[in-house]
This record gives sequence, C-alpha cells and structure tokens, in this order.
Amino acid sequence: MNRLMPRALMAPAVVTLLLWMLVPLVMTIYFSLIRYNLMQPDQTGFTGLLNYEFFVTDPDFGPSVINTFLLLGSVIAITVVLGVALALLVNEAFPGRGIVRVLLISPFFVMPTANALLWKHMMMNPVYGVLAQVWIFFGKEPVDWLSDFPLLSIIIMVAWQWLPFACLIFITALQSLDRDQMEAAGMDGANALQKFWFLTLPHLGRSIAVVIMIEMIFLLSIFAEIFTTTGGGPGNASTNVAFLIYKQALLNFDVGVASAGALFAVVLANIAAIFLIRLVGKNLD
Amino acid sequence: MSYLRLRNVEKHFGDVKVIKGVDLTIEKGEFVVFVGPSGCGKSTLLRMIAGLTDINVGSIELDGRDITRLPSSKRDLAMVFQSYALYPHMSVFDNMSFALRLANVNKAEIQEKVTRAAEILNLTQYLQRTPKDLSGGQRQRVAIGRAIVRAPKVFLFDEPLSNLDAALRGQTRIEIATLHRDLGATTIYVTHDQVEAMTLADRVVVLRDGLIEQVGSPLELYDRPANRFVAQFIGTPQMNVVDIAQLPALSGVLGAGQATDGFIGVRPEFVQVKAAGDGQMDARVELVESLGADTLIYARVGSKDRGAQIVARQNTRATVRPGDSVALQFAPETFHLFDRNGKSLARAAH
Amino acid sequence: MKLLLLLVRTLAAWSITLLIVFPLIWLALTAFKTELQAISVPPTLFFAPTMENFTEVNLRSDYPLYAKNSVITSVLSTLLGLAIAAPAAYSMTFFRTRRTRDILLWMLSTKMMPAVGALLPVYVMAQAAGMLDSIAALTLVFTLSNLPIMVWMLYSGFKEIPPDILEAARMDGASIWGEFRHVIRPLAMGPLASTGLLCLVLSWNEAFWSLNLSSAKAGTLAVLIASYASPEGLFWAKLSAASLMAIAPIVVVGWFSQKQLVQGLTFGAVK
Repeated sequence: MNRLMPRALMAPAVVTLLLWMLVPLVMTIYFSLIRYNLMQPDQTGFTGLLNYEFFVTDPDFGPSVINTFLLLGSVIAITVVLGVALALLVNEAFPGRGIVRVLLISPFFVMPTANALLWKHMMMNPVYGVLAQVWIFFGKEPVDWLSDFPLLSIIIMVAWQWLPFACLIFITALQSLDRDQMEAAGMDGANALQKFWFLTLPHLGRSIAVVIMIEMIFLLSIFAEIFTTTGGGPGNASTNVAFLIYKQALLNFDVGVASAGALFAVVLANIAAIFLIRLVGKNLD
Repeated sequence: MSYLRLRNVEKHFGDVKVIKGVDLTIEKGEFVVFVGPSGCGKSTLLRMIAGLTDINVGSIELDGRDITRLPSSKRDLAMVFQSYALYPHMSVFDNMSFALRLANVNKAEIQEKVTRAAEILNLTQYLQRTPKDLSGGQRQRVAIGRAIVRAPKVFLFDEPLSNLDAALRGQTRIEIATLHRDLGATTIYVTHDQVEAMTLADRVVVLRDGLIEQVGSPLELYDRPANRFVAQFIGTPQMNVVDIAQLPALSGVLGAGQATDGFIGVRPEFVQVKAAGDGQMDARVELVESLGADTLIYARVGSKDRGAQIVARQNTRATVRPGDSVALQFAPETFHLFDRNGKSLARAAH
Repeated sequence: MKLLLLLVRTLAAWSITLLIVFPLIWLALTAFKTELQAISVPPTLFFAPTMENFTEVNLRSDYPLYAKNSVITSVLSTLLGLAIAAPAAYSMTFFRTRRTRDILLWMLSTKMMPAVGALLPVYVMAQAAGMLDSIAALTLVFTLSNLPIMVWMLYSGFKEIPPDILEAARMDGASIWGEFRHVIRPLAMGPLASTGLLCLVLSWNEAFWSLNLSSAKAGTLAVLIASYASPEGLFWAKLSAASLMAIAPIVVVGWFSQKQLVQGLTFGAVK
C-alpha cells in the first residue's frame, strides 16, 4: 500500500503528459516524412526528406527565420533593459507606489488578440489612431505602422505586453538585495553608478537569465498578434517560423511540409529549454 | 517499578550508528534532562521515544507496556517542538483542543480543560487569536498548553527555549520549573544548554556521540564527573584540566608519587590567587574578567610550550592586573584525576 | 536634495506608468463613446458616456455565446487540471523519492515545446474525431497546456507546509487520514486557489489553440475579438466595448494576484 499509493497519485499527470509529449511528436515526425495534403488526403506516400527540403527552400523560410530572431532579440532586449530600469525606479518608496505597481502589470493580462487589435486600430491606425494624432500634433506626417513597419509593429505590441512581466520579476529580485551590502559599498567609496554595476546588476543576473529564457520559450511561438494584424505581411515581412508553419498547414493545407517545419521549431525551442531546465533544476531544494 | 524504560536502543542511518546502545530508566514524576553537544543524538533519542523516528534495535517500555512498535498517535505522549509546530490555520483554543477533539472528548470537558490550561499559562486573552498574531513567547506557551491539556503519561520537550531571547529564556525556564512542581508530570527535556540542565533536572543524562556518558543528579555530575568530557561539559567556566606531563608541579601538590600520568582537573572556584611567592606555584596574570559578583582570573603557569593556563574564580574584586606576578594555591582534596582516556580515577583517601 | 529626488522619482514613475497603461485607458474610454466620437480627429477627450456599445455588442453579435465558451473552457480546464495536478503534487511533496526531482523537471520540459509543434497532429486528430470546433477539444488542450505549470505551482505551495506540524498532529493522536483532513487539506487550499486562478487566466487568454481549433460554435472570446480584424468590423467603439468586456475580468484578477501568478510562470526560479 505504501508504495502503490504515491505512484497511483502521480499516474494521471505522468501518463497524460507523456501522451501529450509523445503522440504529437511521433505523428509530426511521421507526417514530415510522407506526402500529406489535406486537400488530397488519399495521395500519401513516403517522401523521405523531401518535405524538409521543401520547407527550407521556401523563399519565405530564410526571412521567417530572420524575423523570428529579430522579434525574439528585440523584445528581449527591450523588456530586459526597460524592465530593469523601471524596477529600479519603482523599488524605492514614493507616494502612490502601491497603485503604480498594481497598474503596471495590466498589459500582461490582456489577451493577445485584444492586444493586437488595440494597437492596430486604436494606436497605430494612420488616420484615426492615437499615435497618428500625436504625430500630427507635432506637425509630422503620421506613420502607417502596420504597412511600413510590420515587424516593428509586432515587436512593439509584444514588448508592451511582456514588459510588465520582466519588470515584476526584477522588482521581486531587487527586494532580496542586501541593504547592508549597499551601505558597505557606500562606505568603501562607491557612487550610485558603481553600486549598480558591481552589486545590483550581478544580483539581478539570475533573474535576467530567467526572464530571457522564459521569453525565448514563449516568444518563439508568437502567433496571435501576427494572425490578427498583418497576416504575416506585407509579403513575408512579419512572418515568423510559427506563422509560416501555420500558413503551410492551414492555408496551403500541406501537412507534410508544415510538419517538417514544426520539427525545426521544436529543435530551436529545445536549445533554449535545456538551459532553462538546468537553471530551474539548480534552484530546486 | 520504572515508568519509562529504554533497553539497548540503537538507531542507524544507513551504515552510521547515530544511537549506539542506550539503556535508561526513568521514574514516574521525574524531570530528566538529555544534554550534550550538537550531534550527540539527544533529539534523535527523544524522537525515538516519541515514535517520530523508529528504532532499529532495542525496546521501549512505558508504564509496563511495550511501545516500541506503537505509532506516535497511540503512545499517550505529548511533545513540545523546538519550532512550536502550532497549526497556523487554527486559533489558540483549537490548537490546544485538537488532540481532545480527535479523541472525541465531549465539548464541556474540552472547554474546561483548555480554559484551565490557558489560565495557568496566562493565555486566556489570546484564545481566539491565530499563531501568526502571537509573539514568540506566547507561541511557546501555546505549545506547552497543547501538551498540558492532554495530561499525557510523559511530557517531551525538544529544546523549547532555543528560539527565545535571553531574558525570555530565563523567565520561561522558571515557569517550566514551576509547572513541573505543580503538575508533577514525568518530563524528558532536551537541551544543549547546561544551565537549563542544572536548574531544571532531577536527573541529567549526558550524551556524546550516541552514547550515555553519565546519568545522575545535577550536583552528582558536578562533584563526581565520571569522565573528563562530563567534567568539562558541566560547569561555567569550564573545569581546569591539565596534562600532568605539561605541569608536573600540579601533581606535586597532591603528594609525591600520587599521580604520574593522565590529567588533573580542578574547578576554578577552588583555585586561590595570592601574592607572588605566597602559594604552591608562581603564575603570571594574562586576563581579568570582572563580572560584578564574580571575578575570573586567567593566569599562566610556566611557559607557552611547557605549562598551562589556569582559571581562578573568586567572589571578591580583583586587585591584580594583566602582567602581574601572582602565586596559585590549590587544595588537593578538590582535585579530579583522569587517566589518559579521560576516565575518572578514584582519588586516594585524604 | 532627498526631496528633489523623491519628486523626480514620483513624477517619472507615474508618467511612465500612465504612458504604459494609456492604451488600456484609451480603450476603456472609447468603449463609452459613440462611433463618431471614437474616430474623431482630433480625439475627443470629454464626452458624455453611453452604454449603447455594450448593449449592441451583447444583442447583435454572438458575444454571449463566445463569452459562455470562454467561461466554460476556462473553468472546466481549471477543474480538470487541478484534479490531475493536485494528487501528483501531493505525492511529490509528501511521498518524495529520488526520482521526484527528475520527474518534476521532465514535466517542466513538456511545457517548453512550442505549441506549433503539436498543432498539426492535434488538428488532424481533432478533425478525424469530428471534434474540431468543440468545447471538449479546447478544454482538453487547455488542460494539457497548463498541466506542467499547475503541477509546479502546487508542488511549491504544498512544500511550504512545515513538516513538523504534521508530526505535532501525529503526537496529538491523528491517523494518516487525520493528518490529511485536519492539517494538509486546510493548508492546501491557498495553493489550490492561486494555481486554479492562474489556470483560469491562462485558459481565458489562450489564443493559439482557440484560433486554430475553433470558430463559430466553440469559439472563445479570443476568437471573437480576432474576428473584428476584418475590414467590416471597423466599429471602434463597439470593438472597444467588446474588448473591454473580454479583458476586464482577467486584468482585474491580475491586479490582485500578480505576485503568485507571475511566480508560477517562472516555475519558481526567482524567489
């Protein structure tokens, strides 16, 4: 009884996750090796690595990989740098600090499609949008964000959403910063900038790593914002790997090629995941 | 008929023997203190009596019943934990009445027992509070109250005062002693603090490395330690223990040929500091600690390589200063002799 | 000097915060405007609020249906998730073995696979089973997506229960069932609540699977909002009203429980 019960308790979770991990993976590998188009379901047959070749030689492939990394890199850079700055700003007491900290988290809890439309229409519309109005106020020609700077627009939307997340993580991490250490450094003659560089930043090192990795994992699959606003366009200007796979699968109905692409994305994600697992594992009791 | 009896009790963690064979009897109503340095196994022994850790070898009998394999919930013992272990989601009243509720005692009786215990411990006004609204001292009293309410066969205390500040510790120590006097309950109390051991115990059990070094009343342990370890563990400041080879003159005080090998121990209160040349051996004062009522004088006999530092204690103010030359006077009947292994030797009759 | 710094800090913090939150404020304001006011150039700052957009969205579009779907899928996936995750977390906390740590990390790793990797098999399977555009399929996928995080959060929460109060309960005469009933269960309520809340939030906001697996019948609010992207849907005041209704509950939840929720998302890596 003593050994059976723990296992029985864990079984549902372990079994379901095992299936959830293995079944799609196996099927994806299978699909990637056959010819399978949803429009012609009867035409199947082993095609070896043809699908991979097709996916990789797609003229949209290169740009989509570049866009993926641009998206990833920009959002991470913006959220980390601004996140640290904001966290430092809010770390000391000031009137209304409690309210500020509550309000700041808001963008993170907005659903991605609402986020996308909010920006597309309310903010970025070149005629009626708020940004257009501001541009006009300063006597400048309004920018057609989504047409002229599609990837940048996506970056802005996603960064806006994830900045609060990064900020909150850094605020939490800053709270465990040792005050005594700061005072000792002050007595040793350090100024504010030196204290930041030599004490605060290293202390934040771990949380910055965590933020980067979590964002890497979630941002590789950015989809809803692209789907709702630019549709990957114009052309492939705002297509990332995830959207490309979607295009192949549900717009071209080519499951085979899309599956090959999916495996590619999985490998990409694995690399980030290995580091995060290692970090989290170290933090476990 | 002994109330609690441990026979050849052993505890193994893997290959390591943490408790190496302990025999002990405890009488009803006794206050027994387990004392010893960190890692000696005193808490492990307590937990084995409680049933929280199981026993590998040996047996435990309580009031005539073998409880070795009995689960904790059925042993009729109550434990006060070092961290108090109060139930955070229950009020003080519920914390104290929990065991009674589990035993299906009727409400009126529960009410009566809990209110009485709360009165004894000055907790009446806190009965509806939860642990997080209480101070450390109050929480500790709730932990004690939880045990009292059950009127168990034996009370077990696991270093209950170590999380309190010094002032509170002294005060609570007295409260525990008073409680024992009034309730007369059999108690086993674990501590690393020998002052608690000396003041609270009817008998003290000194443990080291999983074995009992000596069992006896506090003064027995003080006056007739069975070995060097007990001699130096009990008593503040520590007994002076000197290697005869380092200071043969000390053996000379005893008389020629009395002790040639081993150690001589003498308590600081039996060392007199007199003017230079007026005693049995010369010394130089290294440090003087004036505590008000007591004064401790640290003096060195001989040199750094061959000699010893002797601590003397007197209840008059010091007239000497560091660097002064003095003489030390000993009374040989106050000496303790230890062989090379640290075991106490019977002294020749005086 | 200190006062000056305080002033600067206060001004900076407040202005940056308001700037960041501005889009949401603007959205909320627009929801109460008329369509004409919503697209006015220059923007209308002062106006008499009206509720007409809310009533219109509720009456004319399928908003109630989509809202119902959001509620059902969020709640069901939360309950199902807790039912599977809680026993597992319980077992890992109180019946820990040498393999526990590895199993936990493995569960974590399943979350790290991009959803797009599972999209095709799931789509094909759902289609074959006739479960495309069904509440069941969405609920199942939400549950599976959130399961690793839920196990993790519950595990961290259960670990906080101090083991010595379980020993105290044992000494007080509690059986194993008694320990569970009187000590573990009451203290597990907190972690269960915050984990449930997180799952609720994640499922409600979930867009990837919703967009790909559902539409007219089982579509959630995320899907409905996306449909306003088409050119005919350019009624901004109504769009704002619909969006506000869809996001408000979750944003408010976020205000009150941000600490636990974000902690859960970092898998406890930042204390």
